[in-house]
Amino acid sequence: MFELYFLFSFMIAGAIIAVTVKDLLSSVIAVGVTGLGVCLTFLVLKAPDLAITQLVVEVLCLIILIRATIRTDLPFATTGRWFFNTFITLAFIILFLGISYIALLDVPAFGYPIMKVARVYLEQGFIRTGAANLVSAVILDYRAYDTLGEATILFTAVMGVLAVIRKKGRKKIGEIEEGQDE
Amino acid sequence: MNKEPKGMTLIVKTAARLTAGVILMYGIYIISHGHVSPGGGFAGGVIITLAFVLVILAFGKEFSMRKVSASIASSFESFGAIMFLAIALAGFLGGYFFLNFFINKGVPFTLFSAGIIPLCNIAISLKVGAGLFAVFAVLVMLKFTNGKDKG
Repeated sequence: MFELYFLFSFMIAGAIIAVTVKDLLSSVIAVGVTGLGVCLTFLVLKAPDLAITQLVVEVLCLIILIRATIRTDLPFATTGRWFFNTFITLAFIILFLGISYIALLDVPAFGYPIMKVARVYLEQGFIRTGAANLVSAVILDYRAYDTLGEATILFTAVMGVLAVIRKKGRKKIGEIEEGQDE
Repeated sequence: MNKEPKGMTLIVKTAARLTAGVILMYGIYIISHGHVSPGGGFAGGVIITLAFVLVILAFGKEFSMRKVSASIASSFESFGAIMFLAIALAGFLGGYFFLNFFINKGVPFTLFSAGIIPLCNIAISLKVGAGLFAVFAVLVMLKFTNGKDKG
């Protein structure tokens, strides 16, 4: 349990640094630290499938974010009513923590879930699907409907990106003013 | 030797040339052994995408876009989605959605086992890998057009 708390504090520190640091590239790298902490947490909790997926997705996101942010250094809005902003932020954090503490009292203890459905998967998964990796037996046989939904989400997201950032059909620089008049 | 303005230095190009094939092979291994060892379609697809991203970053956009463009990647993604849905619909041969319709599921702990699960892994890897590569390629091309318009 000790290594989990160490990783959690590591990830929280990375997230705070990512929010507060001025340089945009350092912020992206601090976000990467948080993702690496998630990956190591999956490894400690004995979920290597999720760890591999988290690691490679984290690398791809880091590359895309660095490509997108390394040229354009966006300005930060640091002026303003800082006392009011800090007060409101702290109040909402305290409210959120209080409500979530009440809500989380009903959740079963960590690591001891009620295994009504999962026990059937563990006992019969190998015999009925023939897959040695039980995780893939669950996500592609028992819960394949969920995987189909997840694949649909990713398909829709990629389709949206390709539709927004497309080369054909975009207006040139000169035509933008005419388009805005209409 | 050949002084191309795009891309990184000769050291990066040589390292990318040596490692891109190995990364691609590792991704294919992760996909095809997804039902035996940790891994699966999603992780393997992203690893294959990273091999192509490495080639783009090292050799520049113009060299890479001649081989694989965003539209080709998009059609591969659609093919993967249709393949996954077709596997799901083929379960209706036996009765219900996503039925593992192979009677002989093969020997466990070997490559050819577990019925439709390897096929689903291949379909998901095509979809995820090609889709994420299409997003990356489109973002790279957007940077290129913006720079051209401004300059």
